Amino acid sequence: MTSTTTPPQSATAAVALSGVTKVYGRGTNAVLALDGVSLDVRPGEFVCLVGASGCGKSTLLNLVAGLDRAQGGTITVADDAHPGLMFQEPALFPWLTVEANVEVPLKLRGLPRAERRERVAELLSTVHLSDFGRKRPHELSGGMRQRVALARTLALDTPVLLMDEPFGALDAMTRDILHDELERIWAERQLTVLFVTHNVREAARLADRIILLSSRPGRIIWSTEVNVSRPRRIDSPEVAAIASEVTDRLRTEVGRHGK
Amino acid sequence: MASDTLTGSARTDAEISGLDALEIAGRDKEVSRGARLWASTWPKLAALAIAIGLWQVVVWSGWKPPYSLPGPVTVAEELARQASGRQLWDGLATTLQRAALGYVFSVAVGLLVGLAVARSKMLRAAIGSMITALQTMPSIAWFPLAILLFELSEKAIFFVVVLGAAPSIANGVISGVDYVPPLLVRAGRNLGARGLNLYRYVIAPAALPAIVAGLKQGWAFSWRSLMAGELLVVGISQTSLGAQLTYSRELSDAPWLLATMIVILVVGLVVDAAFGAADRAIRRRWGVLDQAGQ
Repeated sequence: MTSTTTPPQSATAAVALSGVTKVYGRGTNAVLALDGVSLDVRPGEFVCLVGASGCGKSTLLNLVAGLDRAQGGTITVADDAHPGLMFQEPALFPWLTVEANVEVPLKLRGLPRAERRERVAELLSTVHLSDFGRKRPHELSGGMRQRVALARTLALDTPVLLMDEPFGALDAMTRDILHDELERIWAERQLTVLFVTHNVREAARLADRIILLSSRPGRIIWSTEVNVSRPRRIDSPEVAAIASEVTDRLRTEVGRHGK
Repeated sequence: MASDTLTGSARTDAEISGLDALEIAGRDKEVSRGARLWASTWPKLAALAIAIGLWQVVVWSGWKPPYSLPGPVTVAEELARQASGRQLWDGLATTLQRAALGYVFSVAVGLLVGLAVARSKMLRAAIGSMITALQTMPSIAWFPLAILLFELSEKAIFFVVVLGAAPSIANGVISGVDYVPPLLVRAGRNLGARGLNLYRYVIAPAALPAIVAGLKQGWAFSWRSLMAGELLVVGISQTSLGAQLTYSRELSDAPWLLATMIVILVVGLVVDAAFGAADRAIRRRWGVLDQAGQ
């Protein structure tokens, strides 16, 4: 049932999952959310997890982020790194300015004030928000808030980024631009990204590898390497071809749950 | 696509700043401070003028003799006379001191109990509903017991003030912590906030609006309890505002009585306005205050 196209290399993987099983609830109400998911993510790899509702995509990220516990299997993050997690909502702290939001993880790590200020400026410039540090989240647009959230997550200085449909609530144009941004930052910082989405085109646009999860229970049923040169465009024929193949597989999987 | 003039990242930069400019355009509308102040002040002044006018009309109607219901002018003169003497200020000082002492203690008790109940399931099951029950108990109903326990003393007043205010404050804390969005807690934990830090960086600030609402309600309860206490527990040396109400009634000095009532009303309004300002400041920071709102 190993679905990875490369042989497992747990020793060198940035994130290694082995037989991860997660059950919600108890007794007759128990729902098997994840059933023996094994996956090795190479350092610097951009992996997109795609699946219909109920495939446990978000559950998987929560487990890797350490916000939830699996009943079975092991999850290893290289060098015991603490992965950064981004949500569909920016989850910014509304009582803090943009700057102060980005500063929170730096404060929690005990960095001195001068260094914090320097890092915040650098991070805001990375996401093109240098002019908006003094604003409050509610004064920004959805796309800008999500970039603040990205800067705040990057402030963790983590090599592993977990993203749970981070652009799902944005309009198409903003989303396209944020794809460019994320691709650039991922390359510059040599991040390992585990990106959950139900948007197949988005996956084809961003991923080195796309992994398809089945629904109820969540299992890895298929995966493919995306060998399209970067930078990519979401409307390029190569990306569209990959997307349509993933869509076919996804529809077959969804159809399995019908009558 | 038309990428002849700009290439790669420079183009993305231009697109991003363009999109940002378009999306937040027109959000920075600011009304001048003076205009805002006037907009929120004049209805209050108008209402006050109408209330005084109605009072005068009732006096003129001769419904009650002037020695039981004096007109606004008589009362204003009495108020001015009181304000130039010592008695009013001594009374005000005594009352405010009691209020401050009782309130500060209530805040400490309310915050501690509220936090403990919000954190512990067992405590919540045990005393959560009792706190609400205490809140519904009219504070004046505590006085007979307080007087039995502490006699006619400062302690009796203090006891009732704390019982009146602390439950509201505790309830504010509990509902504040309960309604912290779970997403913010998860974000905070992912950013490295654990244990006390989670409270400091996420839960406490997220719960602040509800806590301030609880503090405000707690003040209202403690002020009422205090007035009830001062009316009942007179005779102990000091001349508080409540005691002055009682004396003026016993002496059938209606102007003095009404002047004292006005002082009590003004104190309540001033403190309420302070809480209101704090509440609005918080809501403005959070972005949940409409520009047009007060």
